[in-house]
Amino acid sequence: MNKIALIIRREYLTRVRKKSFIIMTILGPVLMAAMFIVPVWLALNEEDEANILVIDDSFLFNERMTDTDKIHFFFPTEGLDSAKAQVLASDDFDAVLYIHEKIMSTPTGIQLIYDKQPGINVIRYIENTIENDIEKFKLAKSGIDQATIEAAKTNIKLVTTKLDEVGEESKSNTELSMIVGMFSGILIYMFIFLYGVQVMRGVIEEKTSRIIEVIISSVKPFQLMMGKIIGIALVGLTQFLLWIVLSTTLISGGKALVTDYFAEQKSATSIEEAMAGSKALTPQSEEVAEQQLNEAAVNQLFDSINLIDFPIILGSFLFYFLGGYLIYSALFAAVGSAVDNEADTQQFMLPITLPIIFSFVMAQVVINNPESPMSFWLSMIPFTSPIIMMVRIPFGVPYWELALSMTLLVLGFIGTTWIAGRIYRTGILMYGKKISYKELWKWLRYH
Amino acid sequence: MSEPIFRAENVSKAYAGHIAIENISVAVPEGSIFGLLGPNGAGKTTFIRIINQITGPDTGSLWFGNERLEQKHLEHIGYLPEERGLYKKMKVGEQALYLCQLKGLSKRDALTRLKYWFEKFEIQGWWNKKVEELSKGMAQKVQFIVTVLHEPKLLILDEPFSGFDPINTNLIKSEILELKKKGTTIIFSTHNMGSVEELCDHIALINNSRVILEGEVSEVRNRFRTQTYNVDFKGSMMEFSASLGTYGELLEHGPEADHMDATVRLVNGATTNQLLGNIMRTVEVRGFHEVIPSMNDIFIEAVQRYNKEIAAV
Repeated sequence: MNKIALIIRREYLTRVRKKSFIIMTILGPVLMAAMFIVPVWLALNEEDEANILVIDDSFLFNERMTDTDKIHFFFPTEGLDSAKAQVLASDDFDAVLYIHEKIMSTPTGIQLIYDKQPGINVIRYIENTIENDIEKFKLAKSGIDQATIEAAKTNIKLVTTKLDEVGEESKSNTELSMIVGMFSGILIYMFIFLYGVQVMRGVIEEKTSRIIEVIISSVKPFQLMMGKIIGIALVGLTQFLLWIVLSTTLISGGKALVTDYFAEQKSATSIEEAMAGSKALTPQSEEVAEQQLNEAAVNQLFDSINLIDFPIILGSFLFYFLGGYLIYSALFAAVGSAVDNEADTQQFMLPITLPIIFSFVMAQVVINNPESPMSFWLSMIPFTSPIIMMVRIPFGVPYWELALSMTLLVLGFIGTTWIAGRIYRTGILMYGKKISYKELWKWLRYH
Repeated sequence: MSEPIFRAENVSKAYAGHIAIENISVAVPEGSIFGLLGPNGAGKTTFIRIINQITGPDTGSLWFGNERLEQKHLEHIGYLPEERGLYKKMKVGEQALYLCQLKGLSKRDALTRLKYWFEKFEIQGWWNKKVEELSKGMAQKVQFIVTVLHEPKLLILDEPFSGFDPINTNLIKSEILELKKKGTTIIFSTHNMGSVEELCDHIALINNSRVILEGEVSEVRNRFRTQTYNVDFKGSMMEFSASLGTYGELLEHGPEADHMDATVRLVNGATTNQLLGNIMRTVEVRGFHEVIPSMNDIFIEAVQRYNKEIAAV
């Protein structure tokens, strides 16, 4: 036992001290945050500027193409050809929007002629404007006025409520459950791959450096394998713990910034409101209604955050996080022991990676139907349960299912580790031999 | 002969259809250097791995002193495998400490002893170097230290001199002899027969999965004597040859700087005195001694003889 502790200690310390570990620990949350922030930031800031000449043969849109901050419309009196020439000649204009006369009856063939490719936002803005206007024209033609349409618009938000076995009702939020479930699933998926491969590399390193025989003359191969697996698991846990701490700091920092920003906005609008006074009552009341709806949604979100059973989710996350890693890492160790270098691992990797990728793909199906028989079975099979069960848990899973799945996972872990251990202890002493599955089967039966 | 510290009785091991060792019985006397010899693929490595409990035997029993060999005895065994290495990215000192602790030494003991050995080998400066910065010979030195540091009662050295230059080979040789003086029993596996003659008290020759020759080195060499003598004389080789008569047979001969040299085997049950009497009448004998076969000759002779017998059957 003491020797396993020594092995765990070495595996842990050598990895945690590595530069790459420290860099990844710092970079991880930053990259994660960047993954969410950068696209939003890009979308906000990279809106292209465009000056567009509108040639409107239908004479319907002249007054209706409204400028935005970045997109400006001009309505020249000359024809299409001169507009084209203008676009080509000067840098002031980027494109010609040509709307033909029969646009109302045949809403195709509207052209945007450019010398510099306009951004997707520009195109979408023009499309939306024209679409909306044509719709409005058509509605007006059939005698329906704007107010009726506005009045007919309704916004629905379902309050979903789960009826549990004792007959108690509890509100749930499907979207939030989806996010929590998917996020946990992704984390487990990543953990299995990142650290399972580290186990495999560690085994190959010991084999190629030929230290293996020295070590197994002091400890049993199984002790060495388990020590390595546990040591690397602790490295993973440390890294995730640090990520959580760092991310929380980053997020709370970011949140403070965002809140400040919203507070400013709010005070700005209230000043505007005060200045506008009683003018234009109707749009304001509309705005108020919308705000109330938003508030309701936010409240519901908070309600459901409070309703989510965090102790259960966190507890089972930890369990499946470790369980998923453990059941696969033993197999990764077996693969590492069977080869002489990393390039040879390919042929044995497929049976291991396949179920992991499969569960990841199935997670997207399960999330839409967390209580289906397929979801149930996938969350019981030890090879898929770590990811699938984690996806299901935020939706609420009966305790007996959870208990069964966990028991099966533990049994599965013992089983794979036993098998892997048998392959491992033969494999680590085999050199210079191309190993086939048949050979592995033979090793399994040695005593 | 002292009590054996290690005994194997009828130990066999087979791998899926291939017999690695068959009915091996050896006894290693305490305090001796025991040569484990044999051609490549004879089963030596398998046998050594069984002693280290890396693999288990199919049948037969193994004894450490008076006890059945168990996992706990590993702390009294030191093993330097033929294929050896260290973690490349780990620092020398840290790694040596780790390997010694795995053998059951406390951290404090390991540190004191490592300090002693590092000073003895004059390698204190390597403590904080990574193994990948060392040459092969340097790494071997570290490995040797790690193998003997926990003061094992039984030390198993598989080709310990490979990778060493002659100076370091001598250093290791004298360390081995010193360990023997302190009472360590050493199982020594090598293909270098010169060092077997130099170091070993006992040998066991394994060929084709079986022990085909075993015993004290001097006794084994005596067993392989062939009544062959080396004669150093002054005079004519022709006359010498004629004088052998029915007593001896000339095997090899040649002129040396200022004298003649011949190897003669006694035949027809003749004695050395009969032969010498004849020779002395014709040439001037300057030297006469028996040619005792080298371990190298014995190795080759024994293996070939065994293989011939197998082929005949």
